[in-house]
Amino acid sequence: MANERHDELGLSDEQVLDMYRYMLLARKIDERMWLLNRAGKIPFVISCQGQEAIQVGAAFALDRDKDWLCPYYRDLGMVLVFGQSSKDQMLSAFAKAEDPNSGGRQMPGHYGDRRFRIVSGSSPVTTQLLHAVGVALAAKMEKKDHVALTTFGEGSSNQGDFHEGLNFAGVHNLPVIFMCENNKYAISVPVEKQLAGGSVAARAQGYGMPGVQVDGNDPLNVFEAVKAAADQARRGEGPTLIEASSYRLVPHSSDDDDRTYRRAEEVEEARKKDPLVQFKAYLMDAGVMDEEKESALNKEIAQEVDEATEYAEKAPYPDPEQTHTHVYAE
Amino acid sequence: MPVISYIEAVTQALREEMQRDERVFVLGEDVGVRGGVFRATAGLIEEFGPERVLDTPLTESAIAGVSIGASVYGMRPVAEMQFADFIMPAVNQIVSEAAKMRYRSNNSWHCPLVIRAPYGGGVHGALYHSQSVEKIFTGVPGLKIVTPSTPHDVKGLLISAIRDEDPVLFFEHKRCYRLIKGEVPEEEYTVPIGKAEVKREGTDVTVISYGLTLHFALKAAEELEKEGISVHVLDLRTLIPLDKEAVLEAVAKTGKVLIIHEDNLTGGFGGEVSAIISEQAFFELDAPVRRLAGPDVPAMPYSPPLEKEFMLNPEKVTNAIRELAEF
Repeated sequence: MANERHDELGLSDEQVLDMYRYMLLARKIDERMWLLNRAGKIPFVISCQGQEAIQVGAAFALDRDKDWLCPYYRDLGMVLVFGQSSKDQMLSAFAKAEDPNSGGRQMPGHYGDRRFRIVSGSSPVTTQLLHAVGVALAAKMEKKDHVALTTFGEGSSNQGDFHEGLNFAGVHNLPVIFMCENNKYAISVPVEKQLAGGSVAARAQGYGMPGVQVDGNDPLNVFEAVKAAADQARRGEGPTLIEASSYRLVPHSSDDDDRTYRRAEEVEEARKKDPLVQFKAYLMDAGVMDEEKESALNKEIAQEVDEATEYAEKAPYPDPEQTHTHVYAE
Repeated sequence: MPVISYIEAVTQALREEMQRDERVFVLGEDVGVRGGVFRATAGLIEEFGPERVLDTPLTESAIAGVSIGASVYGMRPVAEMQFADFIMPAVNQIVSEAAKMRYRSNNSWHCPLVIRAPYGGGVHGALYHSQSVEKIFTGVPGLKIVTPSTPHDVKGLLISAIRDEDPVLFFEHKRCYRLIKGEVPEEEYTVPIGKAEVKREGTDVTVISYGLTLHFALKAAEELEKEGISVHVLDLRTLIPLDKEAVLEAVAKTGKVLIIHEDNLTGGFGGEVSAIISEQAFFELDAPVRRLAGPDVPAMPYSPPLEKEFMLNPEKVTNAIRELAEF
């Protein structure tokens, strides 16, 4: 069907189906990790659930062959689109030697992969934002046309590094995209207690760049905003701050109990706007997907996640001697 | 060989490395048009332009964090913290990020960056322009920490730091900047990181030091020679990685050890050196290991008699060595 929203954005039917596949894959990997955690097989999960549209929509708007990512710990959907596999995620979840992020050194969700220009991240929040500014500075100095995209939560937009990074990028007109994944909660503290002005995007004004608000439950909306920001950055016209709003559908992590600070009804209400449910409906309406295709996709993904889980569970742990390596160049 | 000052050695190293390698650039507060508040980067913006001599906003965390990002990409940033005292907002980036990047990524990513910072007192800088901050970082594996005391070592070590594949904190004692002059070869040379140097041979007492207090030790040694006390002086030059072999050799020379630094006594690097000596050279010792260091007060006060009380000087060092010699 012509003139659907994705056509207007220059996305083919195949591409939007692919977007959905990545969103679903991220969700299924994430759900599997929770099961493994509750079964006592992996110590920790930090989740992407509810934010898949932001992550996948943004990654599709970038150039996967040259752009750089400085993601945060929920960006499962994003790193999958950039090239990491289901197996990579499970190797990380089980902390096995073959984990490409860290060789089993870091908790899951702490992405870093040289193959795909994903800079290694940490747990202290917002530090990665400055690294993206540094990558963008290097692009400018080397006259390359890659952009750096960094993501963070709305709580992180209160950290000094957020303000220092935006200002630095604004002053030096750098090709970087700052994307806030506003999921309404910083662990237990709601957005109302995080943002005095009510908006992350509005903060852009003080740093001389556009501040754009998008519906983070809609991957096409996110795609459009990130594409515009990337084009602007590549033209040498500087950074953009994007605030993509969604909702964290699960507790902060496997060690959190969100029933202590939010009502179940609120979560149920948010589930109605689940990006997966909405995007599926869009694709059905647009005639791009039908129940048959969707069920085949689900089956394929379930098998992929099964295989990844099985592989990672059997994979060897790092040798204890590895504790002492790679402190300095060897 | 030409004689240059300690700070001229910094500028020369920066200029020569920027000429040699286009990936090398400097950034910090006032490093561009002003050439640095101490003038360490004087003339660089004229030669290399504002893109490679970057005046940054007043944001230490960003100076460190942006350097990390650029170095991860493959550049060779040399960041300046205007005073070591002001490094505190950047500690998260240095300790959580730069120090751990290689380790946490299982050797996939690394940060070849240098952070230069003028430290130390004796310049009427009061609490916040006088501190020695090295002990905050010596307990953080992943960082290299360099503390040169002569123009020759400043230049050779700064070049090595810029070429190093890991993050290096390069602490320059600001009292040495114009006070200390010395010969520096005209041809290209480097001084390896992690190698101490015997700055004076002696047989009665070994002094282990670095930075400004190293010069106090050399001066004291000259005085004490007249009294018939022969002092062996080891300049650590690099704190991390520590040249343990050189420390143990220096201990064996005399059997009496005095460790001197301006950083506070408690938690100062002398404690670590002393522990290594007691573990590995106990039977070489003829006297307890002694430390002479800055007092355990929060920072150096402004008023001249207070500053003088805090600071070490050749006289205090001479007395401490003499006492140990007589033990």
